[in-house]
Amino acid sequence: MPNNVAPTPGRKASVVPKATPPGPKTAKAASKKKDEDEGVDTGDDDCFYGRALARPPEQLELTEAELKEEITRILTANNPHAPQNIVRYSSKERSYTSTGVVDQMAVHLVLEGSLLHQDSDEARRLRAEGDLLKGAAALEPGAELEEGKPQTPATEGGGEVDEEDRPDSVASRADPKEPSVTNQFNFSERASQTLGDALRQRSCQTEPPPRGSFGATANQWEIYDAYVEELHKQERNKEKQKASKKEHEKSKKKTLLLETQFQNDDLTKMGGVAKILERMVTQNMFDGIAKDFKYFEDASDEFRDQKGTLLPLWRFQYDKARGLSVTALCWSQKYPDLFAVGMGSYASGQQGRGLLLFYSLKNSAFPEYIYPTDSGVLCLHIHQQHSYLVAVGFYDGRVAVYNLKAEGLEPAYRSTAKTGKHTDPVWQVSWQNDDMDQNHNFYSVSSDGRVVSWTLVKNELVFTDIITLSLQGGASEGPEAVQPPGVDLSRVSRPQPVGRRLTSTNTWTTSSSLVRRRGRCTSAPRPTPARSWRPTTPTAWRWTPSSGTTSTPRSSSPAARTGP
Amino acid sequence: MAGIGNADVEETLKRIEAHKSVIGTIVVNADGIPIRTTLDNSTAIQYAGLFRQLTVMARSTVRDIDPQNDLLVLRVRSKKHEILVAPENDFLLIVIQNLCE
Repeated sequence: MPNNVAPTPGRKASVVPKATPPGPKTAKAASKKKDEDEGVDTGDDDCFYGRALARPPEQLELTEAELKEEITRILTANNPHAPQNIVRYSSKERSYTSTGVVDQMAVHLVLEGSLLHQDSDEARRLRAEGDLLKGAAALEPGAELEEGKPQTPATEGGGEVDEEDRPDSVASRADPKEPSVTNQFNFSERASQTLGDALRQRSCQTEPPPRGSFGATANQWEIYDAYVEELHKQERNKEKQKASKKEHEKSKKKTLLLETQFQNDDLTKMGGVAKILERMVTQNMFDGIAKDFKYFEDASDEFRDQKGTLLPLWRFQYDKARGLSVTALCWSQKYPDLFAVGMGSYASGQQGRGLLLFYSLKNSAFPEYIYPTDSGVLCLHIHQQHSYLVAVGFYDGRVAVYNLKAEGLEPAYRSTAKTGKHTDPVWQVSWQNDDMDQNHNFYSVSSDGRVVSWTLVKNELVFTDIITLSLQGGASEGPEAVQPPGVDLSRVSRPQPVGRRLTSTNTWTTSSSLVRRRGRCTSAPRPTPARSWRPTTPTAWRWTPSSGTTSTPRSSSPAARTGP
Repeated sequence: MAGIGNADVEETLKRIEAHKSVIGTIVVNADGIPIRTTLDNSTAIQYAGLFRQLTVMARSTVRDIDPQNDLLVLRVRSKKHEILVAPENDFLLIVIQNLCE
C-alpha cells in the first residue's frame, strides 16, 4: 500500500483526549501520550479513510492483545496549563518557598454583563433619566396633539426629534439634580504637573550652652544644713529691713574683711581643736592616773577611822611660776575639774610679781588661764554662781576681780589707794550673795584690821568698811574672825585679835615653806570617808606640820589655819 | 580664751609636739595640703589624703544620725600607735601618738 502519509508534525500531547477521527492506530498512539499527535491534521485524514489499517512507517508494532488492551482515562479538573510547582520568595523566611496550592482555574471566556442592580446608583440615575425622557416624550405628544398632528409615529419621531432637540434641556434639567458621572468609556484623565515649590531648609546653629556636671549626695545633715541656712537668711533679711541701708553696707564691708582674713592658712581657727587634742594626748599619756582618779578605792579605808590613804595623782607645774609659792587654791563650783591657783610669795623681802593660774584636771600639763599680776596673790575666791568672776587679794593690800570671759589679762575691777585698798596684805576674800540691788559683793580681810565689803556697782568697786579689828594681846586661840565663805562676815561674834593673825602667819609661813619647796602644788587625793571627790566648799590645801607628810584636807572649814 | 591669747595656738601645737609620746603632728589646710608637720613631707601628704576621706565619712555618719550633732575627734587606735584626727572648719589636725605600754 502506498503510504502517503506525511510525517505528522510533532505536537505536545494533551491530557484531554481529543476527538480523533477513526483511525484506531492513531487513536492508540494518542492514548500512549506520545509527542506525535496527528489526529488534528485533517489534511492527512483523507488518506486514512480510504484504507484500513494503514500504518505509518514509524508506528509502534503492537500485538493484538496489546491493541485490545483497554486503557482507562481519567478526567481530572486540573488545569494542564497551570504550573505544578510555584516557588515564591518569602521575605519572612528569606528563601524561596514553594506555594502549596496552585490555582487550577483556567479562564476561557469572560463576558461583561450589562445587568445593573436596581438599587445601585447608576440604575437609579438611569431610571430617573428614563422617566424624564418618558415625561418629555409624553409632553411632546401632548403638545403635538394640541397642534393637531395625529401621526403617532411622526409624533414619536417628532418626539424623538424633539427629544433630540431637548437633550440639552433634559440634560440641563438632569444636571442640577444629579451629579455628573464620568463617562466610563470615554473618560480620560488628564493630569499636569506644575512646578513644585523649591524646598529650602534653614537652620541655625548656636553655641551650646555651657555645661557642667553636678553631683551631690542628699543626706540627713545636708537637708538639715539647708534648712538652717534658709532660717539664717530669713533672719538676716529681717535684720536688713530693720537696719538702714548705709549701716547695712558698712556691716557688709566688715564681714567681707573678716572673711578674707580667714581664707588664709590661718592657724587661729585651730585653737579649740588644738586644745582638745592636747588634752587627749595628755590623757593618753596619763591614762592610768585618770583611771585612778575616777576609780581608786582603798579597801583599808574602811578600817581606819578619820584617817585615809593619800594617793598623789597629778603634778601641775608652770615654767614661769618658778620661785613663787602657791598661796591660794580654789575649786570652781560650776566646772568641777577647774581650779584656781594663786601664786605669790610669803617672804616679805621677795615681793615682786604674782600669778593667777587656772588648771583643769583634763589637762595636767598646762594651765588653761594665766594671769600675771604685779603683786603676789595671797588669796582668791571663785564666785559660786558666776564662775567667771574671781576675787583676788594681793600682798600689797589691793583686791581685784577678774572676769574670765573677758579678753585681756587685766582684771575687771581693781582697788586703788583712793578706793579703799588695804595697807597690809589681804589674807582672805570671800564672795557673798548678791545684795538687794542685785550687785555682786565680796568681803576682804587684811592685817591692817579692816574687814571691808566691796560691791561691784556698774564698772566700779565700791568699798565699805564693816569692822575694824584691833590688836589685842593674850586672847585664847580659837576660830578666827574670817568665816568660811558664804557666811556673812558681819556675824562674827568673837573679835579675834589681829595679833593672832600675825602669829598664825608665822605658822603659816612654816607650813607654807613645805609647799613652797618647789613652787608646785599637788592636787588633793580622796578624803577618807567620802567616796566621791567633789569638794563642797573650796579649800586651800593645808599641811599640818605636826602630822608629818600626810594629812587629810579639812573640807569643812578653812578657818582652822593653825593646826593642832 | 582670755589669759592665753591667739598666738598660743602655736604654743599649744608646740606643746603637743613636744610630748615625748607624740610621734608627729600634721596640720592640713582646706586643700588637703599639710601646712605644718613634724614628719617628712611624703608621709604627711599620705596621712593628709587618707584621713581627709575618713574624716569626711565619719562626719557624714555622725551627722546623718543626728544633724544637730557634729564630729569632734576621731580616734584610730592601732597596734602600734594611736592617731587622733580633729576636723575644724575645713582644716584637719592629725596627731600620732605612741602608746607606751
